[in-house]
Amino acid sequence: MSAPTEIRVRVAEAEAVTPAIKRLKLVPLTSTPLPDFSGGAHTVVHYTDGPRHVRNPYSLMGSPFDPSAYQISVLRVPDSRGGSALIHDGVHEGTEITITSPINLFPIDRRARRHILIAGGIGITPFMAMTAQLDREGADFQLHYAMRDRASGAYWKLLKSIYGHRVHTYFDDTNETLALTRLLDGQPLGTHLYVCGPAGMIDWVLKTAREAGWPEENVHFERFAAPPPGKPFQVALARSKRTIDVAPRESVLEAIEAAGIEPQFLCRGGACGQCETAVLEADGTLHHNDHYLSDDEKASGKKMMICVSRFEGARLVLDL
Amino acid sequence: MGLMFKDETYRGDFTFYNSPEAIRHFPFPFHEDKYMYAVNIEPHTPGPKGSAYEFPIDIDEHYVSDMRDRALVLQEDPLRCQSLPHMITAEWDLVELLMTSMSDAYPEHFTLKRNGDAWHWINRPMGIENEFTFGDTSTLPYPPMEYITRQCQGDFCLLDQRDGDLWMDSGMVTSQADWSLDFDIGMSFKEWHAPVPLAHEIGVFDRALKFLLAMQIGRPVRRLNWTMTINPRLDTSPENYHKWGTDRTTVTPENVGDKVHLRVELQALWRLPRSNAIVFSIRGYLIKMRELVTIPKWGRRMPRVLKTLPPELAAYKGLTRYQDMTIDWLAKYDDGAPTSPGCFPD
Repeated sequence: MSAPTEIRVRVAEAEAVTPAIKRLKLVPLTSTPLPDFSGGAHTVVHYTDGPRHVRNPYSLMGSPFDPSAYQISVLRVPDSRGGSALIHDGVHEGTEITITSPINLFPIDRRARRHILIAGGIGITPFMAMTAQLDREGADFQLHYAMRDRASGAYWKLLKSIYGHRVHTYFDDTNETLALTRLLDGQPLGTHLYVCGPAGMIDWVLKTAREAGWPEENVHFERFAAPPPGKPFQVALARSKRTIDVAPRESVLEAIEAAGIEPQFLCRGGACGQCETAVLEADGTLHHNDHYLSDDEKASGKKMMICVSRFEGARLVLDL
Repeated sequence: MGLMFKDETYRGDFTFYNSPEAIRHFPFPFHEDKYMYAVNIEPHTPGPKGSAYEFPIDIDEHYVSDMRDRALVLQEDPLRCQSLPHMITAEWDLVELLMTSMSDAYPEHFTLKRNGDAWHWINRPMGIENEFTFGDTSTLPYPPMEYITRQCQGDFCLLDQRDGDLWMDSGMVTSQADWSLDFDIGMSFKEWHAPVPLAHEIGVFDRALKFLLAMQIGRPVRRLNWTMTINPRLDTSPENYHKWGTDRTTVTPENVGDKVHLRVELQALWRLPRSNAIVFSIRGYLIKMRELVTIPKWGRRMPRVLKTLPPELAAYKGLTRYQDMTIDWLAKYDDGAPTSPGCFPD
């Protein structure tokens, strides 16, 4: 399998929802409608600005029942590697970009009798599509949405206006906190929990649910890691017989793509497992930043998720 | 012009046969003179005109008789069609996939008109016409999966994706090679593949599952599987083993050419958009040894494959009892000449 199917789209609307969040409405360039998708799906946006290529995953937040356009939200991350800022600043109404066909790594469990959705900050985006789908299918759901403050929180007024009492908001600046232990207590059998937000919040929800005795298969999360920057290093590619430099603010995957090689990927955030690559030689330390490999696999030093993980040392040889 | 649908049986007097066009249409599965399991998955893209791969959903001269046999199976055993309640969205996804594929490929036989959720379906070979509301089960005479799979050749399973696994939670299975939906329903990918020998040990299912979990919308894939069946019988289910199991004892050197059939499954998989489920279709094809050898390349290759088949596989496929007799019958069609690579006739 090669990289995902790409679709050219045009930005039909670009709205500053908050100072840091831009909502983009994407429409196809041809009369072919965009593929239908399911709540929780994401697309990878490929934006080119001169020599710079940015490929970032974004949850699809429009209604899954409207194939005429996709909607995504781009958060401008101040200390990012510049990718989100590039898209945030460079993409306007009329800009043409490339996206991948939707992939869902955060699907609804349709066996659930109740769905509890917990969002933190920009983690609201997959739930925008999920709530639309759950509402249309007549499912029992409630959304708990934590934000820093009323001004920086996106879409909460809209969500409240559509779903009313099923939406609960929590604002840090007025010390409103989600009473998670109480929320998880006494839920009926068959309730499923979904969480998307900052890493600390996901960890907290997972830990609280585990301690409350929730079965693992009833707890779902979406955790995309941004590729963390680090020291530069070189990687030798055994099959293509090339040596590639990986810059401090670049991932191995990006460096390899820049050299014209197209490894498989779906999420670019260390979650889906598609870019798993065999490490043939590693004289040094692998920094595993993914959520995919097991601890044993990480310790073995034989595999690496090239979208987020890095290397420090004398020599790294990959089976690519 | 359209297909000419034959009137034939898969039970009783077994009048099923393939026309010369249907023989050339047959998806012969052996690309070389031997066989071993592999993750032989390839993109389900259009193949040569006239082949079983020409269209995403293949309808052939056996269509009407296939559908009649399915109706008979369901009449005797309604549990061949089952769907767990959470699969209803996937059922509708399947309705869309099959109706659009069939009407695009065979417009002279099938027509689909869509106006938002108001759909109008015409199936001329079966004399069926329905106007219904997409998404509203009460507007169809059967539940959505049952409705459309009573009108489409091949068995269909809908696989739910959750917890990093696939689950057999829905299906229409009336023409199976000795497996049971009623037994497998609700099982995970490795659970329902558990009986397969050898393949687990070489990691086939780990790789296949990882591949399938990452399947994308609009990128269907396919693979071939095969076995052999005595008499042209579509329903070789465990439920009816008492009816067909003894067929294996009826093969004689004189009747091999007519009784022994190569049974090939063209298995195609699609990611479904709204449900994120996967549809796994198993489209079975039967060909008599006498028909198979009319393609000289296949006549040479078939005995070579059977001779080199690992005994575990022969036992799993249930052909041990008549394997040698079939090899002997086929021997006269193998002149020892080399065969060209690939599956298609020369």
